[in-house]
Amino acid sequence: MSANGALLALRGVTKRFGPVQALGGIDFEVHRGEVVGLVGDNGAGKSTLVKTISGIYEPDEGEFFFEGEPVTIAGPNDATALGIATVYQDLALCDNLDVVANLFLGTELIAPGPAGLTRQLNETTMEHRSHELLDQLAVSIPSVRAEVGTMSGGQRQQVAVARSLLGEPKVVLLDEPTAALGVAQTAQVLELIKRLRERGLGVVVISHNLADVFEVTDRIFVLRLGRPAGDFDVRGTTQEQVVAAITGAQFGGQEGRDGAVRGDGQGDAPEGPR
Amino acid sequence: MSADPQAAAPAAGRLASERRGGGLVRRFAQGDLASLRVVVGLAVIWIVFQIQNDRFLSAVNLTNLMLQITATGLISVGVVYVLLLGEIDLSVGAVSGLAAAVMAVFNVKHGWSPYLAVVAGVLTGTAIGLVQGALFTRFGIPSFVVTLAGLLAWQGALLYVLGETGTINLTNPKLTGLANTFYAPDVGWIMALVVIGAYAAGTLGAWRHRLSAGLAHQQVGGMVVRLAVVAVAVLAVVAILNSDRGVPLAVLILIAFVAGMQYVASRTRFGRHVFAVGGNAEAARRAGIRVEHIRVAVFTIAGSMAAIGGILAASRLLAVNQSSGGSDLLLLAIAGPVIAGTSLFGGRGSVWSALLGALVIGSISNGMDLLALESSVKFMVTGAVLLAAVIIDAIARRQRQAAGRV
Repeated sequence: MSANGALLALRGVTKRFGPVQALGGIDFEVHRGEVVGLVGDNGAGKSTLVKTISGIYEPDEGEFFFEGEPVTIAGPNDATALGIATVYQDLALCDNLDVVANLFLGTELIAPGPAGLTRQLNETTMEHRSHELLDQLAVSIPSVRAEVGTMSGGQRQQVAVARSLLGEPKVVLLDEPTAALGVAQTAQVLELIKRLRERGLGVVVISHNLADVFEVTDRIFVLRLGRPAGDFDVRGTTQEQVVAAITGAQFGGQEGRDGAVRGDGQGDAPEGPR
Repeated sequence: MSADPQAAAPAAGRLASERRGGGLVRRFAQGDLASLRVVVGLAVIWIVFQIQNDRFLSAVNLTNLMLQITATGLISVGVVYVLLLGEIDLSVGAVSGLAAAVMAVFNVKHGWSPYLAVVAGVLTGTAIGLVQGALFTRFGIPSFVVTLAGLLAWQGALLYVLGETGTINLTNPKLTGLANTFYAPDVGWIMALVVIGAYAAGTLGAWRHRLSAGLAHQQVGGMVVRLAVVAVAVLAVVAILNSDRGVPLAVLILIAFVAGMQYVASRTRFGRHVFAVGGNAEAARRAGIRVEHIRVAVFTIAGSMAAIGGILAASRLLAVNQSSGGSDLLLLAIAGPVIAGTSLFGGRGSVWSALLGALVIGSISNGMDLLALESSVKFMVTGAVLLAAVIIDAIARRQRQAAGRV
C-alpha cells in the first residue's frame, strides 16, 4: 500500500500487551504542514500510538512509511534519525539549568580549537542559536539565561517544543501540550503549533481539550478502545460529531456526509470493537 | 539555524539590551548569591574572633588556617560533585585515610619512590570510587548505603594496611614537603600576577567573544569592578602569606584543584551533564546522556579527591595512623560545601563552595582553638553553624518558590 504523499503513514498497526489489544488496525498519516489532532477517551490508545511512532513501543503488526519509503522504527533513536521528535507531557526539562542548556542538552556544542580538547562548551554559539530559534518561533521568555524552573508552564512548554526542533525534525508529536495551562499560556502554545505548521512540519497533537483541537488542527483522528473511530476534516465538522466518535455514540447518516468521516474501508466509527 | 554568528545579528539585537543579572537584593534574598552570603558570614566570623583575640587575623594564624583547611577542602571538592548529583558519599573520610596509608606503606615499608607512592595512594581512592559508583549504579543501591558500607570497610582496610605498628611516620622530604613547603616572597608575587593576568584575560576574552557575537554582555563598569576585587583579594592573600612564611605549596594545590574542577563543572560538557543528572535524571536520560557513566565518573572523582586530601593530611601530620581520615573529617568535608551554598538535593552549587565552606568551618575551629574552648563546645558550635546554613538555604528556596519560581 502506498503512502500517497504522506510524510508519515502507518498502515494496519497493531499493538498488544499480553491479552490486551491496545491498538488494532490503525491507519494513520501526517502530511507536511498539517496539524493532526489525536483524540480519544482515557485508555483509548492515544499515548500508545504516539509511543509506537516515537519508537518506545514496537508494533506487533503493521507497516510504517516515512516520505513514502517503508521503514522500521525499532527504538527511539530510529525515530529521531528519521526526523520524528516527541515532546512528552512532563516536558523532561532540567529546572536547574537555563534555557540554552536545556535546548542543547545532550547535543551540546563544543568549543573550537584547543579549548575543545577539554570538551569545553561553546556557550556563545549555543546562546546565539537559541536566540535565533526562539525568535523564529516568536517564543517569549524573559532571558535565555534564566533557569527553566523560574518560568511559567506555557514558557516551559514552548522551550520543550523549541528543543525538539533543534534536531531539525520533520514530524513533531506533542503529548497534551496545553494540559494544565492558563488561557493566555494556552494561546501562546497554540500559536507556536501554528508556526510549526507554517514551517512545513507535520504535527501530531494529543489533547483532551476539543476547543484547543478545533482551534489548531487541520484534521482530527479519533481513537476508541484502541481502534480508529473517525478521521475528520476540521472544516465542516462539529464538536458533537467528534464527541460522538470518542464516546462511541451512534450518529446516523455520516457515511454519506461530505468528508465528515473518511470512509476508506476499515476501522470507521460505526464498526465498534470486534 | 546556521552556526554563523553574523547570520542572526538582528535576532540577537532584540535581546542585546537584556542585562545579565539584575535585582541584586532580590537575588541575594532568593539565594542566587550564596557565595556572597558566605563571604559576608565569613567576615562576621573573622571580626568576632578578632575582637575576642587579636592574634586571630595575624599573618601567622591566617597561614595556619589556610594549611588547616587544605585536606578538608580537597576532599570537599569531590563531595561537591557528589552533592551536585543529589547523592552522598559517606566514605570519603575513610578513603582519605586508607589512601594515605597505602602511600605511606609503599614509600616507607617497601621503599618506593615518593612519586610512585603518591600515585599508588591516589589510584587507591580512584579505584574505590569506581567500585562504589559501579555498585551504586549497577544494583541501584542508594549511594548512602553503598558508601556507608565503604566507610566501615575502608576503615578496616586502613587498620589492616597499617599492620601491627598502627602508625607509619613519613620522613621522605618529598612527601613531607607537600604540606610544609613555602615559596619565597618574589615567587609568591609572580604567582599572584600570573593568576590575576589569567583571570583578566579569561574575563576579557569571554566579554569580547560575546560582544562580537552580538549577545547580551556585562557592562564594562561591572567587569572592571569585578577584576579589581579579584586582583585586590589575590594580592592581599599573597601579602599576608608573604609576611609570614610565604605562599604554601599546599594552598596552591588546593586552589589549583578548586579552580580546575570548577572549570570542569561549569564550562565543560561533562560538568553540564553532571548538573543535568542532578537536576532531572530522567530528562538527562531522555536527552541521550548516559546517566550511569556520569554517576560512576562522579564517584570516581570523589574517591580520587578524597585520596589527594588524605595524602595532604598525612604530609601535614608527618604520619599516617589508625585515626587518619576518621573523627569529624568526613562530616566537615560534607558540611563545608553545604554551608557555602551547594544544595543537598542536587543540581545546584559550585566547586568554590568547597573552598569557602572549608574556610568557614576552619575559621570557627581555629578561632575556638585560639580561645582555648573545649572540643565539646567546638562540636556544638560547628553543628549549629551547619544547621543555620541549611535553614538559610531552605528559606532561600522557599522565597524562590514564593516568587513563582519552582
